[in-house]
Amino acid sequence: MKLKSRHLLGLEGLAAEEITLILDTAESFREIIERPIKKVPTLRGVTILNLFYEPSTRTRISFELAEKRLSADTISFSKSMSSVKKGESLKDTVRNIEALKINMIVIRHSSSGAPYLLTRCTDSNIINAGDGRHEHPTQALLDLFTIRRKYKKLKGLRVVLVGDVKHSRVVRSNIWGLKAMGASVALCAPSTLLPYEVDKFGVDVYTNVEEAIDGADVVNIMRIQLERQQAGLFPSQREYTNLFGITKERLKLLNKNFTIMHPGPMNRGIEITSEVADGKSSVILEQVTNGQAIRMAVLYLLSGKKEETE
Amino acid sequence: MPRYKSEIILNQKGMIRAIIRIAHEILERNNGAETLAIVGIFTRGATLAKRIAEKINQIEGVNIPVGFLDINLYRDDVHSKLDQPIIQRTEILFDIVDRNIILVDDVLFTGRTIRSALDALIDFGRPRSIQLAVLVDRGHRELPIRPDYVGKNIPTSKDDKVQVQLEEIDKEDVVIFEKYGLRKEPAKKHGRKKNKTGRGGAK
Repeated sequence: MKLKSRHLLGLEGLAAEEITLILDTAESFREIIERPIKKVPTLRGVTILNLFYEPSTRTRISFELAEKRLSADTISFSKSMSSVKKGESLKDTVRNIEALKINMIVIRHSSSGAPYLLTRCTDSNIINAGDGRHEHPTQALLDLFTIRRKYKKLKGLRVVLVGDVKHSRVVRSNIWGLKAMGASVALCAPSTLLPYEVDKFGVDVYTNVEEAIDGADVVNIMRIQLERQQAGLFPSQREYTNLFGITKERLKLLNKNFTIMHPGPMNRGIEITSEVADGKSSVILEQVTNGQAIRMAVLYLLSGKKEETE
Repeated sequence: MPRYKSEIILNQKGMIRAIIRIAHEILERNNGAETLAIVGIFTRGATLAKRIAEKINQIEGVNIPVGFLDINLYRDDVHSKLDQPIIQRTEILFDIVDRNIILVDDVLFTGRTIRSALDALIDFGRPRSIQLAVLVDRGHRELPIRPDYVGKNIPTSKDDKVQVQLEEIDKEDVVIFEKYGLRKEPAKKHGRKKNKTGRGGAK
């Protein structure tokens, strides 16, 4: 089995075997980050550009560390410290940096489709680290990986994604990934935070959180994206918390051996209470550790794909 | 069709004898099993490592630690391939510091796999020594590496293939030698160079 594309732009269209290959490979890398020497020489001589047009803590550090642990050379770019301030376009920026001979680009951008644009104007392998409202594939892969490590399977599990579905790229990637792997997926959000044509995802949609999480195995809580939100999508944060927040009382509705996930950063006391976030069923920090293994796996698998045409 | 002659050079009995002899040699050289640990290289080296450990247990009554190593992340030809080899989970759950490590592989050929394995092992700590045990040594080293324990030496030419099959993986214990480069066809047609890097059982 191998990956079909030399880029990772999203999980939409990825076959179950391809996702399984990434998860299995990540399992091997998960062992490496527990070693005393957390580094292997695999990507020696490969140069990777981290192109972050949007702020990020976890994803950016996770990618940078994954690259370093594979012995790649890395350059990190942030929008605020560069000539983007002088008006240079994404395409020009990337082509200029690529002229310095880089092999792979990890990009985060506020516009959906920016990674795809790069595949058209550069020769590097492109990895999407989150683009607009479109996809955040490595986040969803690490979610799948975390769930699979706990339950030893994905098929048949009930996974509920609660929160700002409309603006969340994590939700979209999770939907494609979970569906491909045979999990049962439900979304839950106030109707103002559901995207137009939400039924086209082919998953269950709820606007009542108790109904949504009743009998679920995994609840993956999405952040209320305060920065992305024009006022008025819900009346107040307190009302959101009352109606949709995941609280200790609501956990009683879940299946035994349930799991609480959150891609971070958390708004404690809004979409999730501290009690739940720090409870023993929360795997939020485990997700962060697993993210590293997933990113190492993706970098490793894609780095082998150079000359191939798609 | 590639033209070759294939020949069984080690059957099940022969293989069992070779493993018993290697186990004895290991114990003799290391004055017992106290400081020993065995590390097998995936896939068939791992299986052989388990067997050697079992034999040592039968002989000495000591359970020595067994580990498994995937060397793909340490290869020197990662960038020349289009698709990356599948990584198996390296499992060395004991401290290798100050131990005498017996590194086990099925076929010793160019020595490049062993070079990778040495690098990988040393990332886990500083063993007292690393000794190399192989079931088959077929010559043609490209690096200054030699085995300490050999099941069988087989003179080969570079284009030949040596296949180790083990019961646990291939349902049969046998070593098959495939002689290529027979005269009737021009040499180019059967220059199956891919096997030089030798993943899996064919080397």
